Amino acid sequence: MRLALRPYVLIVPALLLTCGILYPFGLGLYYTLFDFSASKPQPDMVRFENYQTVFTQDAFWNSAWVTVLYAVGAAAAETFLGVAVALLLHRSSIVGRVLEKILILPLMIAPVIAAIIWKLMLQPSVGVINYLLKPVGLGDVQWTDTPTGALLSSIAVDVWVYTPFVAILALAGLRSLPTSPFEAAAVDGASWWYTFRRLTLPMLWPYVLVAVIFRFMDSLKVFDIIYALTEGGPGDSTVVLQIRAYLEAIRFQRYSFGISYTIVLWAVVYLAAMVLVRHLGKIQRKAAEVAPK
Amino acid sequence: MTLRKRLSGWLADAALIVYFVFALFPIAWMLILSLKPTNELFSTYFSFSPTLDGYRTVLGDSEGIPFVRFFVNSLVVSLGAVLLSLLVGLPAAYASARWRFRGSENLMFTLLSFRFAPELTVIIPLFVLYQKLGLFDTYVGMIWVLQLVTLPLIVWIMRSYFADLTPELEQAALLDGYTRKQAFFRVALPLVKPGVAAVSLLAFIFAWNNFVFPLILTSNEAQTVTVGALSFLGGDRPKYNLTAAAALVSVVPPLLLALTIQRYLVRGLSFGAVKS
Repeated sequence: MRLALRPYVLIVPALLLTCGILYPFGLGLYYTLFDFSASKPQPDMVRFENYQTVFTQDAFWNSAWVTVLYAVGAAAAETFLGVAVALLLHRSSIVGRVLEKILILPLMIAPVIAAIIWKLMLQPSVGVINYLLKPVGLGDVQWTDTPTGALLSSIAVDVWVYTPFVAILALAGLRSLPTSPFEAAAVDGASWWYTFRRLTLPMLWPYVLVAVIFRFMDSLKVFDIIYALTEGGPGDSTVVLQIRAYLEAIRFQRYSFGISYTIVLWAVVYLAAMVLVRHLGKIQRKAAEVAPK
Repeated sequence: MTLRKRLSGWLADAALIVYFVFALFPIAWMLILSLKPTNELFSTYFSFSPTLDGYRTVLGDSEGIPFVRFFVNSLVVSLGAVLLSLLVGLPAAYASARWRFRGSENLMFTLLSFRFAPELTVIIPLFVLYQKLGLFDTYVGMIWVLQLVTLPLIVWIMRSYFADLTPELEQAALLDGYTRKQAFFRVALPLVKPGVAAVSLLAFIFAWNNFVFPLILTSNEAQTVTVGALSFLGGDRPKYNLTAAAALVSVVPPLLLALTIQRYLVRGLSFGAVKS
């Protein structure tokens, strides 16, 4: 009896702390059923009206669209670039071995600090990027002042910060692949492209997929990069869902309405996580069949 | 080596260098910008007379922004969150690695799912709650909420470290007359010590780098460097050199720690999903 209880006893403190977070979550869910804002300190019960308003607002659908564009764009670019960097580092030239040591640096900088850094560099008239582009005739690009430019710039900051994350995981994956299939392919005189497509990529994919899942889920709830770089502007071209929730709840003090936004986002992220994790399990099993260790 | 192979090697190195210029230039540029005197901020891009005035201003409480205090705040709340998470996280990780019990997997997934929760979902209720309880803008309030960042990380990574230990080691210790507690503290824990060190540093970095919690749950007393660095951008005249200096000062601790735990980073960053 004592033995059966022990794991629970050991886990309870962690759970209690977790409940300390679950409680505000539940409280937030409860708030969304009310019309709770700074102008209405004694809120009325409105049931699902907040959610109805969310889903019928153009602002919500615009934010959802921007969020998806951002998340897909950032995750795709990071995956492509990260895998490319990992493949290049895996060749292990002297240059690669030296550079590998500093691969993590951008990843360890707080995203909000990264956004500040890029904001300084992207200033249209005094930023260093336009200064460097002057010789090729592109001296005054309005990086964050046009809708497309702002979205692309914020994705670029995300790519700068998180490409090393994908690269590190992909590199770890590459180094743990069995060597015999590659030796066999080399003996058969297979081309680099053939080896890459038929051996490297299928076996590497489970490792990369872990990174893609993390990056996609994280990008869906991006906040700090956008907050520091564009604050959602110009107009509402970069108002991702968490920024919209922040504006509603904190800036305009419509608390329950703002929380409704985050609950919708939470539900989407949770569902995406479940689907992706299940898919990951399938892919990992398949990869294990192809390449038994 | 054939010419073709050598050429493709050079091309690969060149491509790598291009990526690393992209990755490192912003950091180098911040260094340059932070050393610029105010009157040369908008001209003479790469030639100027470097000065430490920017750092002196940032670290000297001028401009009405107590950056040193924000730095100390970051240290206190990040350290506090890591210590608290270790205290409750290590037993939980050990229990979930050693025993399969009813609901263990679900409990663990719930814990991990916080990694994917949008921060604002809990922050806004916490903001209201903290105002009532007097936890707003306090160390306790920040440490409490930073658990969301540090605890799942520590539990999940340490779980995979404990799972890698064979249970026979502790069973042998039990046969030698150790109690369960002694077996944990004298056998299991020392063996995963490198893991504990690495995951603590990583959790510290994550807590240090968090922005949205201090942004909404602190205003001045408990504010951290990530929010503090942003305040140099405000005001009527942009102070780019001060902003750059503040940004660089605020990234020193995470960068130094990251370089020391590089070997263990993979497992930590992927929550144990990819073992290094």
